[in-house]
This record gives sequence, structure tokens and C-alpha cells, in this order.
Amino acid sequence: MDSFHRILVAVALGALSCAALAQSVSSEQVKGLDEQVQDIKKDVLAISSELQLLEEKLLYPSNTQVSLFVSLKGAGKLRVDAVRLKLDGQDAEHHIYTFKELDALQAGGVQRIHTGNVRTGEHSLEVTVIGKTGDTDFQQVATYKFKKAVEPKLLEIVLDRSESAGKFIQFKE
Amino acid sequence: MIRRYLFLIGLVSISPLAFSAPPAEKARAKDLYLGEAYYQAAQGNYLEAISRLDSELWQYYRLDDPKLDPLHYRVNEANFSVGDFELSYRMHQRAGRAMKAVLEGNVEDPIRNEAAWRLARIFMDQGDATSALAAIERIKGRIPDKIKNEERLLRGQIYVHVGRFPEAIKIFRELKSEKGFEGYSSYNLGIALIQSGQEPAGLSELAKAGLLASDDEATQAISDKANVLLGNHLLSIGKPAEAKQYLDRVRVSGPFSNKALLSSGWADAAEGKFDRALVPWSILIKRNSTDKAVQESLLGAPYAYSKLKLHGRAAQLYAVALKSFGTELTRIEASIKSVRDGKFLKALVRDESKLDPSWVVRLRELPETPETYYLTELMASNDFQESLQNYFDLEGLRRKLAASADSLRAFGELIELRGRYYDDTLPPLDKRFQALDSQMRLRMEQRQTLHERLQKLLVAPRPDFLQTADERMLREQLAQLSEKVRNDNSAAGEDVRQRIKRLQGVLHWNIHTTYDERLTQAYKHLHALDDDVQELNGIYRSFVRSRQAAAQSYKGYDKQLTLLGRKVNEARDRVSTLMARQGSILEAMVIQELEQRRARLEEYQVQARFALAESYDRANQSQEGEAK
Repeated sequence: MDSFHRILVAVALGALSCAALAQSVSSEQVKGLDEQVQDIKKDVLAISSELQLLEEKLLYPSNTQVSLFVSLKGAGKLRVDAVRLKLDGQDAEHHIYTFKELDALQAGGVQRIHTGNVRTGEHSLEVTVIGKTGDTDFQQVATYKFKKAVEPKLLEIVLDRSESAGKFIQFKE
Repeated sequence: MIRRYLFLIGLVSISPLAFSAPPAEKARAKDLYLGEAYYQAAQGNYLEAISRLDSELWQYYRLDDPKLDPLHYRVNEANFSVGDFELSYRMHQRAGRAMKAVLEGNVEDPIRNEAAWRLARIFMDQGDATSALAAIERIKGRIPDKIKNEERLLRGQIYVHVGRFPEAIKIFRELKSEKGFEGYSSYNLGIALIQSGQEPAGLSELAKAGLLASDDEATQAISDKANVLLGNHLLSIGKPAEAKQYLDRVRVSGPFSNKALLSSGWADAAEGKFDRALVPWSILIKRNSTDKAVQESLLGAPYAYSKLKLHGRAAQLYAVALKSFGTELTRIEASIKSVRDGKFLKALVRDESKLDPSWVVRLRELPETPETYYLTELMASNDFQESLQNYFDLEGLRRKLAASADSLRAFGELIELRGRYYDDTLPPLDKRFQALDSQMRLRMEQRQTLHERLQKLLVAPRPDFLQTADERMLREQLAQLSEKVRNDNSAAGEDVRQRIKRLQGVLHWNIHTTYDERLTQAYKHLHALDDDVQELNGIYRSFVRSRQAAAQSYKGYDKQLTLLGRKVNEARDRVSTLMARQGSILEAMVIQELEQRRARLEEYQVQARFALAESYDRANQSQEGEAK
């Protein structure tokens, strides 16, 4: 093997370690900074929680607060594209789902679709679900009456996709 | 020697990048708040997930009777989840909640074990094998099926790093029979054997890994990697003929093909078979000119021609190499300038660039961004990935804090508006309410007096108490008439007195004989009054609540808003400083990598110039020789 060849082979083998060398130069810096990033995350989380509580207290006090949640149940061909809500006949929410959101719902997550304020007493909720079953368009509407008392009202809209389910849109208090 | 080399190559894990950890596993709870946190976490919005769950837990722990809260039944899970999400959000500080969740989480074994496995993987990716060992040894009881083999593979790798070779070898041997793990386990077994001093056995195992036949792309890549590793090792110890057989097994189109083609050429060259060396190098020189192996082959091919005494062809190819190196150097220069001008960092935080899985490489398509093909190796390194993820997280924090500052400003305005409205509205309302309140109290006292009287009438009947207003007036009229005729001694007067007495008798009779009925009626009326009182009390309480809510909607926030505003501003400053530092580190890494590539190319350029001159000379000499 002549000298030119040796240089090239040495470069070839050495090149494999180039990235590792580059990293080792700043590894300590990277770790040190990572600790600080974790610290600031902790602080921002604390701020965010405090702000959230403040927001709830200011904008949605418990005596008027109503929160509506959406969850998926069962497995079926139905794909939910959008959900529209009307509270006491007024448009309250129109949500179009992304793939990520649908995956999160399918994995058992629960979406807080609407938080608002209503007076104590009887109210009506109209839910419209738009989607597709295979290639066919799908739309179903359901209404529900609920009573708001002085405590926050939490209402779950369960979309049951199982074949055996009598009703696709169900409500759970 | 091979041991040191192997450490550079590293063990092979299924997920080489530190932060490709899956999001929180399938939601386990149907509590709405917990479900909401899972919904956010499943989309990778860990900041949102943690902060929401934190708020709920904060409220839960301040309840007078937490047992009545729906979260009560899931509180252990909620506490674990906060830690689990922090782990996914790369908050794995030793004293943090993520560690606590893994170590003390009061949840089912599979859930805790999965978190411990992820924690161990994070430590391994950071090169902290001791902490990784501590985390993985926390795994006890049932492990979720989906990570069972990955857990064993990781455990084996950790054992190799901490020098527990026999245990690692045992794990890798057992794992070899698992579908989809044949390649990883064979390769890692080979490395473990070599590391433990059993070099021949290790090399033999690597050779077996190189022979694995599979349709699985990952297994094929491992197989290629083993062959390249073995080939290069044999080449470095002067066994090019043996090296060649391993290098030629590598697929021509796989991720290791360029390295294999280059080494294959060198194996031929080492044996003096330059004509054969030209076969792989001629393929290689047509490939992407940013690749290290391709750039080296641009020198290798003319070198082979010169050895074959084809100096004219060699000179042509050296000229091509020089041109290519010049183009690449210009590109690297432009890339370095682009990074120094901050274009790289700006491109990184663009939302649309992350829609594509290969977005980092596709950054090159954005205007004035660096040539990312030069950065693929660097980008796959853990330090770079960690820094990159931190930079994204900091950008997320920056946006969150900017939104928080906006919210605080909006809250301030809202409170001020409410204050202005209520300061005008509430005083007259309060005055009116005070008057009504006094009236109510009076009426309530009257009602109480009536109630007490009725109670007494049950024990000591007093029919006169139950006479009606008409009866009372009639009685008074009769008394007045009686008084008028008291001194009238005429017959008419006597007649009137008799009639008055008769009427008084009738009245007395009516009142006394209907006493029970009247008492019952009185009770019924009192009950009817109670219904009205109850309704009135409801309205009263509702008013008091609304009045309190009105006061609470704008009073007592000044201190909290000021404090929170200060915290947000401080955090924004810190995030901004950290972003600048993190950005500088990323830029420094990229520039360092690009400068190394530039230095290498410059070296190639010098060699190519000398070789080109030499080839021309030799070509001329041979022409002259032929002429003579």
C-alpha cells in the first residue's frame, strides 16, 4: 500500500469518528444547557398552571361554567370529520378534526371541545356530527337537555362507533 | 484495535434517536380531566397536557373533601401521568416528578415499567449508562408485550456499556430467535463478544449477522452494517481479500452501499487489482457528490487509472474531481455563511417545514439555507438531536409565554372594564338590596311570630286570635252600637240591645264552633307562606352569589396579575437567553461539521491538483516515449 493509499484509508476510517469528535467538543455544553432548559420548562409549567386557574376564575366562574367534552367509543367504519354544537339554539362550536386529533381520540383521549358560561337552570344542547362511513357521507344530530346548578357543569358527548350501539351520539353527565 | 473502532460504530438499537419515544400510551382513564391530558399528550402537546393536569391536581388537593371529586378515583394515575408526561417532555431531572413517577408510581406494573424503559433509553441516548442501568433495573413484574423485546435489547446494550458482558451475551443470544430482532441481536451479540475479549467468536457472530436474509428493511440495513464493519476491520489489518467477500455482500442501494463500494475498491487496490477497483468506484463517482465516500472515490478512480498507466484518463478524472470539489467547497462556504447569518435557525422553527418526516433534510430546499446533505450524520447524533429538540421546546415556551403575556394584558383590561362597570352599577344596587333585605328580615320575624302563636294555640286555644278582619270589625261595630244604646231605656232601645246581643252571640258562636277548622286553615296558609319564603330565599342566595361573583370578577387581582406578569417577563428573558445559547450551540455544531468537511475537501483538492499535474507529466512522458 503506497503513501497516497494510506492517507486515503486513514481519512476514510477517521471520517467515521468525525461526528463523534464534533459532539464530544460540545457534549458538556449540551448537557449543561439541557439542565437549564429543564429548569425553565418547570417554571413555565408553573406559570401556565397558575394562568389557567386565573383564566378559569375570571372567564368561567364555577356558577356559570359549562364544559363540553368529546370522546370516541367502540370501533367501526365511521370516520368523524367535524362536530358542531349549539347551546340553547346558539352556535357554540364548530370543530374540524385533524388526523392527529382523531388518533388521540381513538387512543382514548378526551377532547374539551367547548367551555362557556350559562345561567343556572334548564338548557338544551344540539350536537351535529359530520363524517364518512366508507365512501358515504354521514350526518347525525342529537339533542340533550341538561340542568345547570351552581357547580361547574361537565358534560361528555360520547360518539359510539360500535355496530351494536343503538345511538351513535350519547351524553354522559 | 477493533474494540476502539467498534465503540465508534456503536451498538445498534431499534430507535437510534433519543427523542423518538412514543407519546403516552393508550389512554387509561375515563376521568374527563385525565382524558383531556391524554388527548393533548397523544398529540405531543406535553406542555399543555402537564399544565392542565397540574391545575386539576392543584385544585383537587385544595378541596375540603377531595373524595367527592371525580379525580379522586384516578388521582394516583394522574400523579403518575404528570411524571410520565414530563418524561416524554424530556424533563428527567433527578429530583423531578418523572423520576419519582418511575421509582414510586402507584400504578400497574406494565404502565410503570414502560416509563422506566423510556427513562433508561433517554439516559442511554445521553451516554449515561449508569443511570440507564438504575432505571432499567427498576423494571419488575409484567412488561407490556409491545416493548418486551425492545426492553431486553436495551438491557443487553446497557450491560455491554457497564461491562456486564456475560449477562448481555445471554440476552442477545435469547433474543436471536425473536422475529424482527434477529439482526439487532446478532450484531449486538458480535459487539458484546468482541468487547468481552472473545474476538473470534464476535467476528463470527458479525459474519452471521451479515448473512441474515430478510424482507425487513431494518434487518437488511443491520446486515449491511455488519458486513461493512467486518470488511473495514479486515482491510485495516491487511486482509483485503477476506475483506472483499464481506464488502461485496452489501446491497448496492442500501444506506451503507457507498461506504461498501468505496472499501471494496480499496480492497482490490490493496491487492494491486486496480482494474477491478474501478468497477465499484465507477459506480460511486456518479452518486451524490456531497457524500464522503463519493468524494473519496473521485480521487480513487483516477488513482486506479494512473496505476493502470492510463494517465490521460486519470488526468481527465482528476480534472472532474477538482471541478466537483470546487463546486462543493463553494456550496459549503455558502452554507457556513447561511448558518452564520442565522438562516439555519430561522428555517428550523418554521412550522411548515415540520409537516414532512424528512423535514430536516428538506430544509435545503428553503432559500438561503445550508446544504443539509452535509449534515445528515451530525443530525443523527444524539447531542445534535438533544440540542435541536431543546431548541424546538424553547421555541414552544417562547410562543407560550408570548401568549401568556397577551392573556395577562387582556385580563388586566377585562378587570379594569369590569371595575368601571361595577363601580357605577353596584352602589345603587347595594342600597336597594339593603332596603329589601331589611324588609325581608321584618317579614321573616313576623312569620316567626305567627308560627309561635299557632304553636301556642294548639296547647291553649284562643278562638279570638283566629277571627277574620271582617269579624273583628263587626265585633267592634256591635260594641260601638251597644255603647250607643246602653242608656236608652225605651222599648226600641231594649229591642236594639237584644238584637246586638243576638248578633254578638252569633259571632261568638261562629268563631268558637269553627275554631279547629280555622286553626287548620291558618297552618295551611303558613305552609303556603313557607313555600314563598323558600323561593324568596333562593332568589336571595342567588343574588348574594351573583353579587359576590361580581366582586370577585374584578377585585383582588392586582397583586396576582403583577406577580404573574413579572414571572412571565423573567421567564421570557430566560427563554430568550437560553434560545440564543442553544441556537449558538446548534450553529457551532453545524459550522464545525461543515468546516471539517471543507478541510477534508481542501485536502482532496490539493491532492487532486498534485495528482493532476503528475498525470499530465506522465501522460506527456509516455506520449514523448511513444514518439521516440
